[in-house]
Amino acid sequence: MEQAAPTFWTKKDLIGIRELSRGEIELILDTAPQFLAVSKRISRIKRVPLLQGRLVVNWFHEPSTRTRTSFELAAKRLSADTLSMTASSSSHVKGETLHDTLANIEAMHADIIVLRHSCAGAPHMLAADHSSHIINAGDGRHEHPTQALLDAFTMRLALRENSANKDATLDGVNVALIGDVEHSRVARSNIFALTKLGAKVTVCGPVALLPAQVEKLGVRATTSLKEALCDADFIYALRIQRERQGKGLFPSLREYVKLFRIDRDSLRFAPDHALVLHPGPINRDLELSTEIADGSRSLVLQQVTNGVAIRMAVMHLLANSQSRQL
Amino acid sequence: MDRNNDVESTVVMDASAMAATLNSMAMAVVNGNPELESLVLLGILRRGEPLAKRLSALIEQTTGIAPPVGALSTTLYRDDLHARSSANVASRSGETYFDFSLEGRTVLLVDDVISAGRTIRAAMGEIMDYGRPKRIQLACLIDRGGRELPIQADYLGYIVHTTADEWISVQLQEVDGEDLILLHERCDK
Repeated sequence: MEQAAPTFWTKKDLIGIRELSRGEIELILDTAPQFLAVSKRISRIKRVPLLQGRLVVNWFHEPSTRTRTSFELAAKRLSADTLSMTASSSSHVKGETLHDTLANIEAMHADIIVLRHSCAGAPHMLAADHSSHIINAGDGRHEHPTQALLDAFTMRLALRENSANKDATLDGVNVALIGDVEHSRVARSNIFALTKLGAKVTVCGPVALLPAQVEKLGVRATTSLKEALCDADFIYALRIQRERQGKGLFPSLREYVKLFRIDRDSLRFAPDHALVLHPGPINRDLELSTEIADGSRSLVLQQVTNGVAIRMAVMHLLANSQSRQL
Repeated sequence: MDRNNDVESTVVMDASAMAATLNSMAMAVVNGNPELESLVLLGILRRGEPLAKRLSALIEQTTGIAPPVGALSTTLYRDDLHARSSANVASRSGETYFDFSLEGRTVLLVDDVISAGRTIRAAMGEIMDYGRPKRIQLACLIDRGGRELPIQADYLGYIVHTTADEWISVQLQEVDGEDLILLHERCDK
């Protein structure tokens, strides 16, 4: 019995949220719960055979623990074989191009390539010329699609669990993104995903960390934390990239903490039901206070749990749908 | 359904026939399981689950023992997701759920229709990931033939071997509002 008109997955790759329709985003979110149940099984085997015999290559050109282990675990829970490559251990240091490296991986019959790269557009460039499924695990300041998907999934699940409506959507829900929006691919992907899903997004941070004309993405921008939080259902604290501090983008960390940190004091501006997210890794007591990060209003660890399920859903949809694009 | 073709429908089983069939299947299950305490029922979603609940209730009526019932969604174990051209496992028909151990138990799989046998193969694969039952049995209301795997039901309601132009539809009170099994035949002009 099909209740809703089924949306079928047709894309070979997942490069960004910007290219996805609302229906495609919802298909991924609707596919994830079954995989969440697999991870939470009490039985011996937390695994399903959907990618049995397939090879997933994690190819990370930037440091990452959370995202890489999440993808690796997702692949293993789908019974795929996994291989990890990092930039420092690959022939990249000997001058090999990305195209050549990928052609060599594909010659060993890899099915899914999970790529993180510091250059925006690297996954897009490779996806066009190669037949394997490419998943963007973060490219420069461009996008981090699976992070945005797991964030949207986490918010939707929290809504559904906290209300009587088991089919609640993010339509009309207020989300405040706080911090370094300018340099954050997480923020970009989240803005695309949340606005497509009908949420009302407010971005807030020091003026130098808000992109010029960010309103054109369909969000409200403010430098007042009070204004951003006053109607927020979800508060998303972005990571302050300390490596960028000292470039004069904001006067001092102390001032940032005073004006923008999510803590017990600033949460007084927000409604009582507002919940807090963070993409990790947290700079404790910089953008998010320890008390709130570890408290009952934090969804941080649910994000991590849901991340594995979302990545399972993405890999399954890419690898087990017959691509109509190619 | 193609609108250019006429479809003829005949009743395979009405409500009273279905009740009688389930009753005799329940009796056969009791006879086949002297150790009723170790029996658990897993109904394959969607229409196997209500059937499993009915069988459990019928078994309780005659023996006083109601075997526990769970639900099995086999979508994550199917071998033909790829061929379906959509990897759609979005949970619209429900998820696997049971709160008892399968270790050392007799598992009775329950489904409405058996045909290729691939659903049952997927279900057995899934069960093995949850534990090691002592044995697995199979109860199906309808066998419509067309087997692609060497799998047979231990308890069977009715056999209708369908041709390529025929198909079976099962309606159950719990899901569809009435108990009725129809055989449809496409009559080409």
